[in-house]
Amino acid sequence: MAFLVIVLIITAICLYVPMVSAAVGQRQLFRQLHILAGFALPVPILVSLLFAPSRRDYSRLNRMSSTDWRWLRGPNRPAIPAGKFNGGQKLYSAVSLGWILVMFATGLMLAYNTFFADQWRAGASFVHDWLALAVVVLVAGHMYKAWEDPEARRGLRTGWVSQAWAQRHHATWAQRHQHDLSPNQSDPQMRKTLDAQNADTE
Amino acid sequence: MDPEGDTGAPVGRRIVLGMLALGALGVAVGRQASTVVANSIGAIPGVSSVLPGAGGFQIYSVVSGQPQWHPDTYRLSVSGRVGKPLSLSLPELAKLPQTHMTKDFQCVTGWRVRDVPWSGVLLSDLLTKAQADRTAAAVHFSSFDGVYTESLTMSQAHRSDMLIATHMYGEPITQEHGAPVRLVAAAMYGYKSIKWLSGITVASTVIPGYWEDDGYDVDAWVGRSNGRTDPPVV
Repeated sequence: MAFLVIVLIITAICLYVPMVSAAVGQRQLFRQLHILAGFALPVPILVSLLFAPSRRDYSRLNRMSSTDWRWLRGPNRPAIPAGKFNGGQKLYSAVSLGWILVMFATGLMLAYNTFFADQWRAGASFVHDWLALAVVVLVAGHMYKAWEDPEARRGLRTGWVSQAWAQRHHATWAQRHQHDLSPNQSDPQMRKTLDAQNADTE
Repeated sequence: MDPEGDTGAPVGRRIVLGMLALGALGVAVGRQASTVVANSIGAIPGVSSVLPGAGGFQIYSVVSGQPQWHPDTYRLSVSGRVGKPLSLSLPELAKLPQTHMTKDFQCVTGWRVRDVPWSGVLLSDLLTKAQADRTAAAVHFSSFDGVYTESLTMSQAHRSDMLIATHMYGEPITQEHGAPVRLVAAAMYGYKSIKWLSGITVASTVIPGYWEDDGYDVDAWVGRSNGRTDPPVV
């Protein structure tokens, strides 16, 4: 997913930032790549729906408890226990699914523009353009947060985080799953199958 | 009850549905909204070049690379049913009487750039210089991108707002805007204003251009064609 989003952003820049598009040319190629990556983007989400653990994660992400709101507002974040996902991750994942669906729909209208009246096409172009700017900001913030926390990145890459990290960042989840420790007891690790789109937003 | 405390309102679902609703609303009113945006923030200098739809140009090209040209070798040819065929270099074009005009640029996809100052040689001056046959019905244009074509009727070509432009905003036209020479047919939708122009041919019949083959109107008057109601460019 991360790869596809990066491809989409880079090809979009090559197509629509005037200075860059004039320098690189190759519009047809970038257009094709952009459309291809756009079609591919929902595929990992759809595939993940086949697996029960992912579906469980999605239902966790869906619900915001009063603690999550408290966590989101701060202050004293470390003292407010989070579940497997904190309030920020929950909102981020919802907003991500939202923009993916809206960009997919408007992108479809622009790619197959002959089927749509001009009024709709202009509207789709408006939404696609402005939402794209917001997505770039959102993704940049997401990457910055991941950059700040190497262990969260390790969790994304390997699926495992240390118990100490889990206690610090996801206390409720850590306590609940203390018995699911990995075989290597000297370095207690916890399975954290975060969806790749959810870096730690703490 | 989930022991991790992942209960509470289904906020995620509400956000997703809310964004879908906003997206649909945006598509429904986007054309009108983009006009408002272009007129408000597009007026701030600098903004129009970085924000989408803020009154800036969107750049279209129908070929994959940037069309190549060199200032020393570039020639604009005027041929076909003419008494005196021309092949004009850039300095020769610059020596002809120059005409300046400031016109809105309206794209058939909805965006409009207000008050773009252009300068160059009037198409009618070029046709007169080449002794074009006034009984010929049409003028064809071709681009050195090798693909794009356009045409005008002879009477359209003699309008006083049909410009063979070499300058835009007081500077030589930039590569993405069709350097070194382009047609500016401001009274018509942008697809008529062929970029990277290299050939003008006086001919007997109008041949639909690149986009017109795909269904755009050949007589592309702003506000009176392509099912659109934009204010005419005067």
